[in-house]
Amino acid sequence: MTHASKARKYQPRTVPEGKPVATSAMIASLAAEGYDTVSAPFGQALVEAAKDDPRIVGLSADLSKYTDLHVFANALPERFYQMGMAEQLLFSAAAGLAREGFIPFATTYAVFAARRAYDFIAMAIAEENLPVKIACALPGLTTGYGPSHQATEDLAIFRGLPDMVLIDPCDACDVTGMVPAMIAHPGPVYARLLRGKVPSVLTRHKPDYRFELGRAQMIRDGRDVLVIASGIMTMRALDAAEALAKDGVDVAVLHVPTIKPLDADTILAEAGRGGRLVVSAENHSVNGGLGEAVAATLLQAGVTPSFRMIGLPDAFLEAGALPTLHDMYGLSVDRVAARIRGWL
Amino acid sequence: MTRPDAAVSNVSLERRAWNIRRKALLMGEVQGQGYVGQALGVADVLATSYFHAIDWRADDPEWEGRDRFYLSIGHYAIALYAALMEAGILPEEELATYGMDDSRMPMSGMASYTPGMEITGGSLGHGLGIAVGAALGLKRKGSDRFVYNLMSDGELGEGSTWEAVMSAVQWRLDNLICLVDFNNQQADGPSRDALAQGPEAPKWEAFGWHAQEVDGNDLGALVAAFDTARALPEPKPRVIICNTRMCKGVDFLEAREQNHFVRVEPGEWARALDRLEQGKPQ
Repeated sequence: MTHASKARKYQPRTVPEGKPVATSAMIASLAAEGYDTVSAPFGQALVEAAKDDPRIVGLSADLSKYTDLHVFANALPERFYQMGMAEQLLFSAAAGLAREGFIPFATTYAVFAARRAYDFIAMAIAEENLPVKIACALPGLTTGYGPSHQATEDLAIFRGLPDMVLIDPCDACDVTGMVPAMIAHPGPVYARLLRGKVPSVLTRHKPDYRFELGRAQMIRDGRDVLVIASGIMTMRALDAAEALAKDGVDVAVLHVPTIKPLDADTILAEAGRGGRLVVSAENHSVNGGLGEAVAATLLQAGVTPSFRMIGLPDAFLEAGALPTLHDMYGLSVDRVAARIRGWL
Repeated sequence: MTRPDAAVSNVSLERRAWNIRRKALLMGEVQGQGYVGQALGVADVLATSYFHAIDWRADDPEWEGRDRFYLSIGHYAIALYAALMEAGILPEEELATYGMDDSRMPMSGMASYTPGMEITGGSLGHGLGIAVGAALGLKRKGSDRFVYNLMSDGELGEGSTWEAVMSAVQWRLDNLICLVDFNNQQADGPSRDALAQGPEAPKWEAFGWHAQEVDGNDLGALVAAFDTARALPEPKPRVIICNTRMCKGVDFLEAREQNHFVRVEPGEWARALDRLEQGKPQ
């Protein structure tokens, strides 16, 4: 008797002839062309906040350089703790520092926080409602490195955790604005992090935009479609809206950077206006993220517009170049615009 | 009031340990069950902690100047409640509420329920990592207080324990004292048959800790080990591996086949208290 493995086997796709070969770098740029960028907005904002607040300390599990926490470590070396490649320790120790009155910012990649350290975040931090601020790079599909680094279900995991506030920022303005909001919130926060050169998107479309914790904001209005988006999908939706406007389709984009608690009032008010197709858009599995949260909110309130979801499939995603993968899985501007067109 | 130490209290450590055992048995009787085997075994370690080593204030359990005492093993709550009552941090009148609805003393220890219960244990392998963070925090505040983490031999199997072990050395946490209650019993059988493959002290020493291994039911040995751990000049964390005997102090339970959850039949509680009474110290 043989014991042949039934494990998953990759089936190579046929690459269209003439298509340039792209690489699957770990750190890939998310910015569409035409947006200015800000360098390390998280690190800069944290240094700014920490200058006047001695309670703030930073910890990382061997990923400070890849979460922009190195900016903090360089500016305030006495307040930075290198915890080594040990995520269970990272969050336990952050809980211990919080017990002693500090506000620890603990950083790693989203997959390692959500999958590897969940029990420690749940019991050492959330159950005691301690003010630990978790900031995690590579949210959703923002690396071509494959499922080991693609946090496609982090929000689904953390949405089930009581008392945990969840932030999915769109751009440099959100990242800069969320840092003081995380500090001001008295309990634990999980923030998806955009690091490196982060595009400035929202203020270009809405000059007076400022991040507010727990608040969804209309970035652009429109008569035909309402896209309810979070994270980088707000950027994609705004770009898709410009493309669709050329076809005479008028698309509104409601940006929901706080996934929990959800701004149900604004979502219901906008979705309840009627006459618009409502589309959720998230850089996350369609299971357990923004889309399902919005759907449950609408249905329970008796608001039932035509509703569609844009998000990642319920699957382990492929490795590859990020633009290829965003196209393949429907997160690119072209794919977002095409799907909305198809639904009208 | 700060801890009544030997100089101001005429209650012996032997009697403190006996009182802790008696209160744990009384709580076990309330529910007809409980981890009394562990409580009886660890009573001497808790007596030495609360009535020899650590500073606390009965009227102010969150006093900034206290030594921190973390119970990583949440199911040992019955033992810590007994010690906290003996210390006057919990009122003894609440003893009969143990494990009841609306009690401040749930079966598994939770920080939000109980004065003096510093952390929520129970998901094992958490305490030492939290203790590392607290020890870092105390140093950052310029405090000279210690963090004690009481854990079990079963928790030596959790990888998170060893992450914390390495970090405590990296950060030279000379304000961290780990107490391992080694009773060689975990849920499915002897810890020595699972991941607790000795020798224990040399393992911790190899990581860079100061390690002592003592008879955890010998109060004299415990006092000496705690004194050594507290006075050590080297900038390294300290561990005391306390070899204890489950059910210590109640002979017929001690003689029973050792297991993780000692069954006590309904008619046996009075007999257990009676047997404990036979060994009552002055």
